[in-house]
Amino acid sequence: MTSPMTRTQDGAARTGVEVRMAGLSRHYGPVVALDKLDLTVQAGELIALLGPSGCGKTTTLRLLAGLEDADAGHITVGGRDVTHLSASKRDMGMVFQAYSLFPHMTARQNVAFGLRLRRIAAAERDKRAIEMLELVGLSAQADRYPHQISGGQQQRVALARALAIEPQVLLLDEPLSALDAKVRAQLRDEIRRIQLEVGTTTLFVTHDQEEALAIADRVGVMKDGRLEQLAPPTDVYSRPATSFVAEFVGLTNRLAGTVSGSTVTVRGRDLPLVDLSTPPGPAIALVRPEAVTLAADSSGDSGPLTGTVIAVTFLGATSRVTVDLGDTTILAQLTTADASELPAGSHVTLTIRPDPVLVSGDAPAVSEA
Amino acid sequence: MAAIASLGESGLATPAERPRGMQVRRRRRLNVFRYLVFTVFGLFFLLPLLATARFSLEGNRLGSWSLAAWKEIATYKGPPPLLPAIEIQLELAVATCVVVLVLLVPTMVWIRLRVQWISRVFEFLCLLPLTIPAIILVVGLAPIYNFIRHYQLSALTLFFAYVILALPYAYRALSAGLNAIDVTTISEAARSLGASWFTVIARVIVPNMGQAILNAMVLASALVLGEFTVAYLLLYNNLPVELFSISRNTPNASVIFSTSLASLLFAFALLLILSYAGRRRHRGRG
Repeated sequence: MTSPMTRTQDGAARTGVEVRMAGLSRHYGPVVALDKLDLTVQAGELIALLGPSGCGKTTTLRLLAGLEDADAGHITVGGRDVTHLSASKRDMGMVFQAYSLFPHMTARQNVAFGLRLRRIAAAERDKRAIEMLELVGLSAQADRYPHQISGGQQQRVALARALAIEPQVLLLDEPLSALDAKVRAQLRDEIRRIQLEVGTTTLFVTHDQEEALAIADRVGVMKDGRLEQLAPPTDVYSRPATSFVAEFVGLTNRLAGTVSGSTVTVRGRDLPLVDLSTPPGPAIALVRPEAVTLAADSSGDSGPLTGTVIAVTFLGATSRVTVDLGDTTILAQLTTADASELPAGSHVTLTIRPDPVLVSGDAPAVSEA
Repeated sequence: MAAIASLGESGLATPAERPRGMQVRRRRRLNVFRYLVFTVFGLFFLLPLLATARFSLEGNRLGSWSLAAWKEIATYKGPPPLLPAIEIQLELAVATCVVVLVLLVPTMVWIRLRVQWISRVFEFLCLLPLTIPAIILVVGLAPIYNFIRHYQLSALTLFFAYVILALPYAYRALSAGLNAIDVTTISEAARSLGASWFTVIARVIVPNMGQAILNAMVLASALVLGEFTVAYLLLYNNLPVELFSISRNTPNASVIFSTSLASLLFAFALLLILSYAGRRRHRGRG
């Protein structure tokens, strides 16, 4: 996790503040958008809120920003209760999903807007605006209007504008979703670099699991207005707290097995359980495709861990291989070089790596998040 | 083989050329229709104006051209006097524009941001004056103006009635302007940067509605500059009412036509200036 105290470009130390949300609820008529959410963001930390549409992640951000009022609960920022404070007084910088630059102002004027409201002298304002534009690599576009720059550049200016006021908290509401894949990856890394540089406590909302796992100190997976799991990205991926998290983050095979003690037996193999309190008996084990390895089998023998390749999906460096086991199908993620040796129709034997797995009580199937 | 290839080529070329030929003929027919409509409507609007201009220059002495009627606009002593009527008409236009904008802009922005559910009702109320005949409006306003007359006799008080008449046009123009920008997002962005609601409206939204505000001003001004019925029925003397009385009371009809045409030209000039200013602002950004 990031240290709460970080250093800026000029070497000055800047400390983020802790954000605490307690029992936060929000209803839209009969729909529960947020259900008694408890979330603490450590000073200087970047938390990514991940979840499907309507899970309450944007509502959390909007309540924190003061753009909407909570029905119940409290929000404290740096120990100060801001629950009933208006958005303009919360000292939070926000970058929106939609392009939000003021169309009648140049990039420089946009960045300087918040500073102007804080009555900072024109010369100082201009200097800081240029510094911020340099930070996002857009000082050459300072005098361009929003319609004269690309979408990715607009979002960078929006980030510079949000950071220019040196906010206590930075809120990012799916800022990359309108951009193409390459720009998105570039800007994602840039956001992380800048966040580490300025050390602002940051809440990042996204529905893109790859984005969340790549950028965050901790990832919060949300469902139906509640946090299903809040943990570092590696834990969310390798030790999911619930079957929803396991299936939402990454690709999962659902294989029938039997729980006994601290293991679940899947197709004759014992796999350790994530949750040791799982009751014994039949269950569905959630196995990651990368835990499955394949080898060509020329013997033609049949068994619980043998099958026939029915499809190979090329993904670049890796490929996804679908294997028919007779009673079910299973996905395996292999390097493209390995997968190229197993064309459709090949007879293969499977090995399941004994990673800790989670079990679900539903019927067996293969699901993709 | 060559024959087959040649047949194939011609066979491919024909269907591609046919629609292109049809498109050209269709475009030509549309252009003819467009110019015809443009010419007919142009003549419909232009001929009365040309007749007015001619009469203002010739008067009842056909064949003798003179600018006397135009010079008389400034020196015409009446009765009734013309210059004060022109002044009051311009003041009415300015007052109406200011009041309409002050009333509508913040209200429409507020509705868009905070009480979207009321927008249909508000739209209905703003468009209502279009459906009410002037005489009904006058009957409704008469008691109010009878009361106002105890304190103020100036025709400037007409701005109140004109604000109501200008509401539908100004609303439509401003609504188009608001639709062209993402009001919610830019307001929220400004709020998160520390802007008060007043700052959001004055510094963020209004500057982005420049063209819509200019359009609303043009429409409101055009309406006020040509308004006769309400002023006449409420017994106030604005420019059209004065022109009407001149036409009834004096033999010098040319001055009526020169003044009417002058006020029309003034409205055109205003329209051109405002739209030119709007274009320059836009180009300045681009």
